[in-house]
Amino acid sequence: MNSRDLVLGRIRDAITLAPAVDAEIPRNYRTGRTLPDDERIDLFVDRLVDYKAYVHQCAATGIAETIADILAANALKIVGIPAGLDRTWVADFYDELVVDSSDVPAPELERLDAVITGSAVSCAETGTIFLDAGPDQGRRALTLVPDTHICVVFGESVEVGVPEAMAKLTPERPTTMISGPSATSDIELERVEGVHGPRNLHVVIVS
Amino acid sequence: MSAVTLGLPSFPPRSPEGAGFLRGAEKFPAAAHHELANAQLRRNIGKATHTIRAKRIHVTEELPDWEELRDAGSAIKTDVMARLPELLEQFEAAVIARGGTVHWAADANEANAIVTELVKTTGSDEVIKVKSMATQEIGLNEHLETQGITAYETDLAELIVQLGHDKPSHILVPAIHRNRSEIREIFLREMPDVDPELGDNPAELAAAARKFLRHKFMTTPVAISGANFGIADTGTLTVVESEGNGRMCLTLPKTLITVMGIEKILPTYRDLEVFLQLLPRSSTGERMNPYTSMWTGVTPGDGPQEFHLVLLDNGRTAALADKIGREALNCIRCSACLNVCPVYERTGGHAYGSTYPGPIGAVLTPQLAGMHGKDDPNSTLPFASTLCGACFDACPVKIDIPSLLVELRHQKVEQSGVTAEALAMKAASYAMSSSTRWTAAQKAAGLGRIVAGKKGKISTLPPPLNGWTAARDIPAPPKQTFRSWWDSDEGRAALDQARRGAHPDSDGKAEK
Ligand code: SF4
Repeated sequence: MNSRDLVLGRIRDAITLAPAVDAEIPRNYRTGRTLPDDERIDLFVDRLVDYKAYVHQCAATGIAETIADILAANALKIVGIPAGLDRTWVADFYDELVVDSSDVPAPELERLDAVITGSAVSCAETGTIFLDAGPDQGRRALTLVPDTHICVVFGESVEVGVPEAMAKLTPERPTTMISGPSATSDIELERVEGVHGPRNLHVVIVS
Repeated sequence: MSAVTLGLPSFPPRSPEGAGFLRGAEKFPAAAHHELANAQLRRNIGKATHTIRAKRIHVTEELPDWEELRDAGSAIKTDVMARLPELLEQFEAAVIARGGTVHWAADANEANAIVTELVKTTGSDEVIKVKSMATQEIGLNEHLETQGITAYETDLAELIVQLGHDKPSHILVPAIHRNRSEIREIFLREMPDVDPELGDNPAELAAAARKFLRHKFMTTPVAISGANFGIADTGTLTVVESEGNGRMCLTLPKTLITVMGIEKILPTYRDLEVFLQLLPRSSTGERMNPYTSMWTGVTPGDGPQEFHLVLLDNGRTAALADKIGREALNCIRCSACLNVCPVYERTGGHAYGSTYPGPIGAVLTPQLAGMHGKDDPNSTLPFASTLCGACFDACPVKIDIPSLLVELRHQKVEQSGVTAEALAMKAASYAMSSSTRWTAAQKAAGLGRIVAGKKGKISTLPPPLNGWTAARDIPAPPKQTFRSWWDSDEGRAALDQARRGAHPDSDGKAEK
């Protein structure tokens, strides 16, 4: 017998020996929540700041300027973007712009000072941004290897809680949930930002 | 597709002896004795568990629907155990449909052999690893080493443990027993090209680890991970982490091998909305962990282009065959029960001898690996608890650990005949079965204060109860029974105060 049949047989035996009871799943937790725009965004900002992310807010017409300011203020000169990024966002940036593609070997991403992407959906209550490898977000390595990630979040894509945000996702897409920059508390439980992932997360909230 | 079982069902086998880390060399009381002597360890663990505990209470109280989430989480897991065969088959089909390959491993030895073979096929003699309890449990790193393959742990704490030639002592913060100066010494001794001027503040130490591991992430073609959840209806796998080492391993190498216990399945993608609220808040006391990765099979042009999933039994079906032990399989390894356990807090994780320490370890370990008679260290684990109930209150999926421990004690007693515990249990059940007898027994227990003397502790009891006091001091019984306190002036005053809304100080409050 192969191991597949062996293990499945053992599970069936186990359930015969100790019959399971049918469980009704109570889903009385909060779902389908909404909040007025300003409250939702305020909550999101509060959580992001708590996670030591840098938050910038602007109107749709101010994206390029906000991004250029962040890049200049932090002396970020070599900047990667996914192929599907709205180019008007980087219209005010004049240093080296690198358009990523899947055949660039990951180690080459190390020369990027920063990466700029969009986002799929966000969750205000936990300060979480979801990336789903859409055209404006690129492959997963792009937002992982460079030390600074500048992520543009549109106000209307921010949901209140985890159930509301997850309902907007497509399960089959490779999805990364980000809550603040990389962090560890492994040494005497003291939080240190940035071990392996990006050490700086700038969130540009557009509303 | 499904297997046909012929004849009578038989009890599935436990995890094989001699493979992996589900059994320590020493019985718990003996191991606890020398761990207790380590004051540094006790300080570190005490500080850490108290900190996480306070944070957890803060972020769980923040959610008005926390209890509803726990109810949903518990029911979903119970449903999973009832429908495990069909869910696993559905999951397997979804992973294959998305370009993954699925392997089944009956036990630790088979899982190790499958992974070794997969790594050898890639031609690499190095692998990078995401922290994973399943691969710890089967002793994968040690097995790979015998096969000439070096496994690098990439979680900072796991790296500290690995470089320190040590064992993890906590399921979430494995190096919780080490302080900064010890970690600095380990790095200086074991990491190539470390600046000898390396300081001991956590930021500097983390930076040294970052530098050491960057090169590994960029050059190693194979990664091995565990999984927090596997979603049956979509074939999606999930890894929850903080540092980004998980993302590195899950996306940069060419080949990804994931070892997942068969109990880690969730029926639908929607169920993640429950567990992604329960897990981070219970485990690190954060609203959300910094990073969660979800992937389904292989995505062309993004991440590993070869994906293997190893589904592991290794005693899980034996736990499933026991209607009580089955509940232990609901565990999502958040470690909340460790952080509230008064026994764990004093002994630390090593005393349990298993990959799974603390209250849940005391239940799960004997379930997976069995208790082979009175000389087996695992048969002492169900006694490594005060049955105070704190673990049950903390558990996000409502596993009734104290009752499971009592049941295991019973099984152990059945197995090995009369012990002090059996006698005590018998006496207790006799006393408890009648209220007059119980009150009388409580009054008699007041006599224990005389034995205890001034220090308020009973350190040695006469046989046959000396087995119990050999490993712990018994606090002296209270001066009064609860009933007599209730009738006293003090009791009446407290009751009065409570009625007026001002709660008298309780122990639990100190945590909040
Ligand atoms: S038993 Fe419950 S509290 Fe303990 S680790 Fe498992 S899920 Fe967490």
